[in-house]
Amino acid sequence: MKLRVYVTLKKNVLDPQGSAIKNSLHNIGFKSVSDVRQGKIFELNTNENDENKSLKQTEEMCKKLLANLTIENFKVEIAE
Amino acid sequence: MKAAVIVFPGSNCDRDIKIALKRFNIKPIMVWHNDTFLPKVDLVILPGGFSYGDYLRCGSIASKSKIMSEVIKHTKKNKLVLGICNGFQILVESGLLPGVLMRNHNLKFICKNIYVKVINNKTPFTSKIKKNEVLKIPIAHNEGNYFIDKKNLKKLKTNNQIILQYCNEKGLVNKESNPNGSLINIAGITNTTFNVFGLMPHPERAYDSLLGGDNGKYIFNSLLNYGRN
Repeated sequence: MKLRVYVTLKKNVLDPQGSAIKNSLHNIGFKSVSDVRQGKIFELNTNENDENKSLKQTEEMCKKLLANLTIENFKVEIAE
Repeated sequence: MKAAVIVFPGSNCDRDIKIALKRFNIKPIMVWHNDTFLPKVDLVILPGGFSYGDYLRCGSIASKSKIMSEVIKHTKKNKLVLGICNGFQILVESGLLPGVLMRNHNLKFICKNIYVKVINNKTPFTSKIKKNEVLKIPIAHNEGNYFIDKKNLKKLKTNNQIILQYCNEKGLVNKESNPNGSLINIAGITNTTFNVFGLMPHPERAYDSLLGGDNGKYIFNSLLNYGRN
């Protein structure tokens, strides 16, 4: 089974990389962009076949390693 | 006094701290991250560097290495842990210290001498320094922008866990003297029991005037003083 994990910065956390990307988009003409937030995507293959179990396990992985809950949120979904 | 210096793949200040410790008569023992045995020591040092190439988030993978569970046990015996730069990042990722160190607000790696003010000198790491004394010590990092939520920042303040704040030469803590965007200029904090200390500046790069500055020696002298008592 393939899972996809999205890790994004929490709302109140400043994202200087996102701002730099926004400025660059403005420079190449995409003036309508008002905000950019950068995040991460992880794709995991697992030998676990039970959907609920693998979702739960992946959430644990997020809490323990993939995300830092002080500044980041995460979302897990089944990709395939 | 004996200290264990934990060496991770990608640590690059481990030998600097070893030489510094020897200078202050603290016996260093180098310990590999994959070891499961921590020698009996008074102090554990997590050195600066780029453990695991800063993959995922700085310090995150190192914080899950085998020796870290021994380091956590060591802190529970109320023994000392000092994390410098990447070591500080490892401490926040392991949960031994609160908060997080994010990318510098100007997105640049900053390597220069800065000034820090000693806010709390009633810790084993700062006992030989006067309160509010200004120290000149170099920083060298890309992720030193300390962040914590409001509720926990309040706790840090109430418990006097903020040990160092970036300031100017005269000791003024302001926006201009903040090199990396760190919340209220935080440069170093301890846990609530003051036995775990993380800081971004490198005292091991400033313990002798031959190195361009000797203000880092006050931290080593404090440790030595603690060891004697």
